[in-house]
Amino acid sequence: MRKVIMGNHALSYGAMISRSQVIAAYPITPQTQVVELLSEMCADKTLDAKFIKVESEHSAMAACLGASLAGARTFTATSAQGLALMHELLHWASGGRLPVVMGNINRSMAPGWSIWSDQNDSLSQRDTGWMQFYCCSNQEVLDTVIQAFKVSEKLLIPSMVILDAFTLSHTYEVVDLPEQEKVDEYLPPFKPLIRITPDEPHAFGGLTSPEHYFELRYKVQKAMEEGLALIEETGREFEKMFGRYLGIVEDHRCEDAELILITSGTMGSTAKIAVDELREEGIKAGNLRIKVFRPFPFDIIRNILKGAQKVAVVDRNISYGHHGMFYQEVKSAMYGHSNGLPLFGFIAGLGGRDITPTTFKEIANYALEKEKPEEEITWIGVNR
Amino acid sequence: MNKQKTMKLSLPEEELMNSGHLACQGCGATLAMRYALKALGKRTVLCIPACCWSVIDGPFPYSSLDVPIFHCAFETAAVSASGVKAGLEMVGDTETTVVAWAGDGGTFDIGIQALSGVAERNDNILYICYDNEAYMNTGTQRSSATPWGAWTTTTPVKHFKERPKKDMEAIMAAHRIPYIATASVGYPEDLFKKVKKAKDIQGTRFLHIYAPCPTGWKSRPEDTIKLARMVVQNSTFPLYEIEWGEKYKLNIKPREKKPIIDYLGIQGRFRHLTKEDIAHMQEEVDKKWERLLKQCEVN
Repeated sequence: MRKVIMGNHALSYGAMISRSQVIAAYPITPQTQVVELLSEMCADKTLDAKFIKVESEHSAMAACLGASLAGARTFTATSAQGLALMHELLHWASGGRLPVVMGNINRSMAPGWSIWSDQNDSLSQRDTGWMQFYCCSNQEVLDTVIQAFKVSEKLLIPSMVILDAFTLSHTYEVVDLPEQEKVDEYLPPFKPLIRITPDEPHAFGGLTSPEHYFELRYKVQKAMEEGLALIEETGREFEKMFGRYLGIVEDHRCEDAELILITSGTMGSTAKIAVDELREEGIKAGNLRIKVFRPFPFDIIRNILKGAQKVAVVDRNISYGHHGMFYQEVKSAMYGHSNGLPLFGFIAGLGGRDITPTTFKEIANYALEKEKPEEEITWIGVNR
Repeated sequence: MNKQKTMKLSLPEEELMNSGHLACQGCGATLAMRYALKALGKRTVLCIPACCWSVIDGPFPYSSLDVPIFHCAFETAAVSASGVKAGLEMVGDTETTVVAWAGDGGTFDIGIQALSGVAERNDNILYICYDNEAYMNTGTQRSSATPWGAWTTTTPVKHFKERPKKDMEAIMAAHRIPYIATASVGYPEDLFKKVKKAKDIQGTRFLHIYAPCPTGWKSRPEDTIKLARMVVQNSTFPLYEIEWGEKYKLNIKPREKKPIIDYLGIQGRFRHLTKEDIAHMQEEVDKKWERLLKQCEVN
């Protein structure tokens, strides 16, 4: 069924069609429509789920963890300050191997209060053991929620499905809502091997000595490493059933490109327009949009960048005192594999400042003019 | 063995708590768990945040309890229980009693926000706070459950605690939940009866159990039961119930209300107090007691 819906509602429909059983959430701009629609669905029984209307995001995640441990499929959504408040429990989710799926709307961190998009909220959580999917269309958001449940429940690793504030969260697009029966076939009910029940009393997460803790963390990493192959496999399976491939990255004209832009989220679709225009001007440009940030697709990126002469990584985020975070990650992936390939790092669009095709052309021109980066990071469009 | 006529037991014989736990000698929290589990039975899930009991239970992969435990984050006991309850119901288990089992720090201080949320929604869980009146697991730092006058490592003798214990029952009563009760490990039958009663009520139930801590109170392990009885006899910790935040019922009215001085005298944490300090404490206990009697009289 085709529907015209906003990005936030794509999350709600994704949670609904995946048959989420327990939802716990707290409102925050620009996430509110996600939970408004879900609470309506729960109220009119379109969705057979319990909705716990908690008093904070911290409690939202805590409730999700309890429900997930009991064996229920569990969903929540938040943004920025809410995600930061959850931080402690994000570790709890991955360490406890609880496959919660969460929507996060990328919003800038205060102060000053900003409701507009950048990625510092979710990227500040990159080391918490969650898979992270950065989406660039409403269809991708909806499809990824379904896939995320499948992958998370197999690996017992939680997932964050991420979309830009307003640029995607409040933008209406045509979305195909898959048939329930087919989704049920793709995503069978959540049946964990071990869960909390008086039938089989276990203590979960108790005091763990150095004798065991290390191995438990090794297993989290191993699960993450298995993640890429599983995301690829489930992405192909999705394509077979629904006609849409869910990739790890999106490669737009990178094959023969001399200059490759690396982007994420909605700026990835803007970059495609810029690439096409640059191509018309005779510049062989390409765009590599990274969708899956955790687990990080080292080999895929190395492979695509192999033929490039220059690479420009565009970050809508910054690790203060260091680089943009996608730039850090791409650099670390290319170490020992780059053959001197110049990698440029750009910071753009913080706090919801627009990133337009012109922004990318400015970035492309800068990278083409210089032989190699002359500074650690280059700020685009900032008034110094 | 000869068949002997034995006294009728006042508590069930079945134990869901085993030996091998890691509690200190004379630990009141351990007695609280043992009695509570006798009333709760096997169809129980516990959510235990950071507190003495997250250690007492035993290290991974061991557990001294025959019921499952979710060791949850410090400030999340109440809402973790709500989540477990919702999850169990969605997978077809509507019978299991889900219990949040937290210390006073996890209840009066860091966990009060989540607890208030749960109580306001009247989520169907049983919250039990075992109160040893300070952060005992970290080595006796003051909490908002620490009484006026007490020494702790963060309220040293020269600057002992000069604020009264938070009135948690009043706060919970303000949420208009179906059931609130206080209990003491010195009165096991009363404690057992209240857990049993709370177990069968729907909605948020709050139980506050007085649980002496010889290590932190500088009292003798063999005085734990004595202290847990004295505190009721002198009305410092009266045993009562509140229904729907309004209907108060006193369970044990001491025949003769004892002065608090003997109770303070066998605890090192009050050793520094002057006569005037003790007189002040007595006055506060009396005032609170009179207020409670009035609340109970109304009914």
